[in-house]
Amino acid sequence: MLTIDRYKCGYCGACVGVCPACALELVETWLEVSDDCIECKRCTKICPAGALALMEDRS
Amino acid sequence: MKCDVVIVGAGPAGSMAARTAAQKGLKVVMLEKRQEIGDPVRCAEGVSKASLARLVNPDPRWIAAEVKGARIYAPDRSNVVMSEDRSGNEVGYVLERKIFDRALAMDAARAGAQVMVKARALGLLMKDGHPYGVKAMRFGEVFDIQAPLVIGADGVESKVGRWAGIDTALKPQDIEVCAQFLVHSELLDDEYCEFYFGNQIAPGGYVWSFPKGKKLANLGIGILGSRSESGAPVRLLRSFMEKNLPDARVLEMDVGGVPVSGPIESTTADGVILAGDAARQSDPITGGGILNAMNAGIMAGEMAAEALARGDTSKEGLKPYEDRWRATIGKQIAKHYELKEFLVNLSDDDLNSLSSSLQSEDISKMDLKGMLRVLFRMNPKILWELRHLII
Repeated sequence: MLTIDRYKCGYCGACVGVCPACALELVETWLEVSDDCIECKRCTKICPAGALALMEDRS
Repeated sequence: MKCDVVIVGAGPAGSMAARTAAQKGLKVVMLEKRQEIGDPVRCAEGVSKASLARLVNPDPRWIAAEVKGARIYAPDRSNVVMSEDRSGNEVGYVLERKIFDRALAMDAARAGAQVMVKARALGLLMKDGHPYGVKAMRFGEVFDIQAPLVIGADGVESKVGRWAGIDTALKPQDIEVCAQFLVHSELLDDEYCEFYFGNQIAPGGYVWSFPKGKKLANLGIGILGSRSESGAPVRLLRSFMEKNLPDARVLEMDVGGVPVSGPIESTTADGVILAGDAARQSDPITGGGILNAMNAGIMAGEMAAEALARGDTSKEGLKPYEDRWRATIGKQIAKHYELKEFLVNLSDDDLNSLSSSLQSEDISKMDLKGMLRVLFRMNPKILWELRHLII
């Protein structure tokens, strides 16, 4: 599951621009992830602030 | 609600499109999802004096500084200096984007466009596979805006194109990921825009210092997405600052992503035009996007007026926009994309050799093309693959 560290996020939208699944949306300062996320890790790699991470799903 | 054209995004592309379309008598609505236009900034704010003056009257209220030129540092810190009028689209003025963007939106409003802030496009309205406006949300309230044409000027995170079936997703090798601090330091040069290259300093990109008046500067970094890792831009910028400007005080922090994909296959669809970063029209070498966005915005606004007069907003009917931007700003974008693909693969030794070969030449009056020609003459081995761009 993609997690967002909102204390780090600089709401720049770079992650939205690289998302191949159109699963991210930036609402002013609030980044939203939809169920369309395919966990490809493009966004975690390019996030300038290091606010995005992919957590192992334990459920 | 109904109008002739809905513009999504009130940056330089959106505002120029809105102003142009409104001046031509169209009923224009421009949406901005943020509650404040121009803030937060995601830009180094540099722009060429002459090129800007061709588009809008320079106003001291949004000019933070004027510079004499650009100083470019190789990894070994040897440097070359280019004068302001030869340094390309990003050197001359350093703007105050928070004021500049608002002024452009204000011009659009004065021309008759309706501007809505805290208003976000949620999707396209579709009928028989043809868009006829946008679904929007303003201050929590959802409503429809019907219009035969939508201009997507919604920046790096653009959705309008994707909704219309244009794949604008950027590959990691086609985005520069950036961080920037507005810093105060006694060590800053107030007269030159500075660029620092090196694979250790900024892999596949560069560090910049753009003066913003009395010992203030935008100190920023861009790293090629494919060579970056989580949080790298902020981390590398901080280490550059600690090493080179130990007395620096940080007054603002910005992050951002800049498209460096070169011209994409299509920037139009039925009922949709893309402009600016949304159309990936930023410069792949410099990352500069303000002037290209403004020019594309004007072309989009003109196209809107023509298409509505003809009653044809189909993709075919919007082809003149496609042709016009590719024949103007698109040429340089395409060329600079090739140059970028080459430059990001140079080693520090290559970059040092190129810089050292320029030390004995007078390049103060040369533009990028002239400089490349000299570089090619003196370093044919390194630059052989670029010969078709230079000769």
